[in-house]
Amino acid sequence: MNFRVIFALVLRYLYLYTRTPMRMVELVFWPVVDLVVWGNVTVFIQKNSNPDFGHFILFMLGGMILWDIMFRAQQGVAISFLEDVWTRNLLNVFVAPVRTSEYVGATFIVGLLRIAVTAVVLGLISWVGYAFNIFSLGGWLLPFFLNLLAFGWALGLLSTGLILRYGQAAESLAWAIPFFFQPVVAVFYRVEDMPAWSQPIAWCLPPTYIFEGMRQVMQSGQMRWDYLAWAAGLNVLCLAGAGALFGWILQQTRRRGLLTKFATQ
Amino acid sequence: MPSSASSDPREVILQAHHLTREFDGVRALDDFCFELRRGEVLGLLGANGAGKTTAMNCLLGLTLPTSGSVSAFGLDLQRHRIEILKRANFCSAYTALPGNLLVRQNLTVFARIYGVPDANARIAELMELLEIPHLAGRVTGQLSAGESTRVNLVKALLNRPELLMLDEPTASLDPDIADKVRKVVRRVQRENQLGILYTSHNMRDIEEVCDRVIFLHRGRVVCEGTPTDLLARSSSQSLEDVFIKIARDGEILQEPPTPPSA
Ligand SMILES: Nc1ncnc2c1ncn2[C@@H]1O[C@H](COP(=O)(O)OP(=O)(O)OP(=O)(O)O)[C@@H](O)[C@H]1O
Ligand SMILES: [Mg+2]
Repeated sequence: MNFRVIFALVLRYLYLYTRTPMRMVELVFWPVVDLVVWGNVTVFIQKNSNPDFGHFILFMLGGMILWDIMFRAQQGVAISFLEDVWTRNLLNVFVAPVRTSEYVGATFIVGLLRIAVTAVVLGLISWVGYAFNIFSLGGWLLPFFLNLLAFGWALGLLSTGLILRYGQAAESLAWAIPFFFQPVVAVFYRVEDMPAWSQPIAWCLPPTYIFEGMRQVMQSGQMRWDYLAWAAGLNVLCLAGAGALFGWILQQTRRRGLLTKFATQ
Repeated sequence: MPSSASSDPREVILQAHHLTREFDGVRALDDFCFELRRGEVLGLLGANGAGKTTAMNCLLGLTLPTSGSVSAFGLDLQRHRIEILKRANFCSAYTALPGNLLVRQNLTVFARIYGVPDANARIAELMELLEIPHLAGRVTGQLSAGESTRVNLVKALLNRPELLMLDEPTASLDPDIADKVRKVVRRVQRENQLGILYTSHNMRDIEEVCDRVIFLHRGRVVCEGTPTDLLARSSSQSLEDVFIKIARDGEILQEPPTPPSA
C-alpha cells in the first residue's frame, strides 16, 4: 500500500468531478428524489389510513408498473441514441440519407418494443407473486399505455437533446430525467396529498392524470374522462415541444461543429 | 440506380463556394473553393490541423460553414441534404460501425438504409472485392484496425455512390493491404466514373490514386495541380518534399513562369 499512489488516484477523481459538474449534481439529485418520493408516500398513507380507502400495496404496485412503462419508453429513445454514440456509429448515420424524423421514429419504435416486454414480464410477476392483476384495469389499460408511451418519448427526446448539447458528460441524464419528474407526477400518491406548492406543477404534466386515473379505476372501476383528455392534450404539447427542442439543438450542434466531435470522440 | 455512364463525364458533382468555418475565432477553413468532377479523384492534403476533416465535414453537411455554401449534383447541400446523401457515401478511419454487431448485420442495416437492391448479393460482391468474405460472421468490434477499415469501405460502396469522400482510408493499413485498397478504389472509381475526395498523409496514396491535389494550409488553399505538375513546380524530388515545404512555411507554389523543359 502506497498512500502516494492512492492520493494520486483520488486526485484523478477529484479532477473528474470538478471538470464535469454533472457528476456533482448527481451526488445530490438521487438522494433528494428518493427523500421526496418516500416522504410523500408516507404522508399519503398517514392521511388515508382507513380501511375503506383501498389497498396501498395495490396502488403502489400499479403505480410502479405504469411508471416503469413510461421509463422504458424514455429509455428506448435515449439509450438507442447513446448506443450510437458509444459505438461511434453516429457519423455513419448522419452521413446516410436518414432524416431526423426517421431516426427519432426508429427510437420511438424501440421504446414501444421495450414497453411491450416490460409490461408482460412485470404483469406476470405481480400477478403470480402479489395477486395483483394489471389487467384488472381492463380497457383503461390501453389509453394509459398510449399516454405514458407518448410522455416517455417526449422525455426521451429531451434527454437526447440535452446529451447532444452537453456532451457525454451529461450521459447520466438518460437515466436521471424521468426521475426528475417522478416526485411531481403522483406515481405513488394522490395529488391532493402532495405539498400544496407542488400540486399545480403536477397538474401541468400528463402522467399525473394517468396515475390519478389508475387509482380511481382501482377504487371504483371508473375514472374521469376529462383526465384522459387532459393527458392526451398535454402529451401532444409535450411531444411537439420536445421535438422542436431536439431539432433546434441538433441544428445548433451542426452549427457549432460539435456533431462530429461527438460522433468520433 | 444512377446511370453514371450516360452522364457527362466532366460534369461538376461537388462544389464548395467560399467556405469559411471558424471555431471560437480560429479559422479552420478560410474561403475554401473547389470543384470535383465526375470520374475525378481529388486529393486533399495538408498538415495536421490544416482543415481537411473540417472541409469534409462541411461538404457532408455535418458541420455548417460559418459562411459560404456547398452544392452537389447541382443541388444546394443545405436544402437537399437527403437527396445528395443518397448518391454519396463516406468512410473514415476514425468512425466505426457498431462494434457489438456482426459485420454481416451491420452491412445489412446500412444496405437497407440506402435501399440497396438485392442487398445480400451486393454485400457479398463487395466483400469479395475487398478480400474479406471470411469476416462476415465476425463481431465488428473485435476486428483489427485494418479489417475494420475494409468493412467500412464495403459500407461506403454499398449504394454505388457517384461521390465518395474518404478521410484517411489507409491510415491503419499495412503496406500490402494499403496497396490492395488503393487498387480497389481506383478500379471501382474507373468502372463507375466515381468522383472521389480523398485525404491522406500517405504520399504514396496520393501519387497512385489522385488525378489532382489541393494543398490546404491553415484552412486556405495554397496550391493545386496534378501530382506531376506540383513536383515540377516546386522542383522537388517527391510529393513528400512538396508537403514538407508547404507545411513548414506555407509556401505558395506559383504557376511556373517558365516550364523547366523550355
Ligand atoms: N469542433 C471543433 N471545435 C474547435 N476547434 C475545432 C473543431 N474541429 C476542428 N477544430 C480545429 O480546426 C482545425 C482544423 O482541424 P481538422 O480536423 O480539420 O484538421 P485536419 O486537416 O483534418 O488534421 P489531421 O491531419 O490531424 O486530421 C484544428 O486547429 C482543430 O483544432
Ligand atoms: Mg483529419
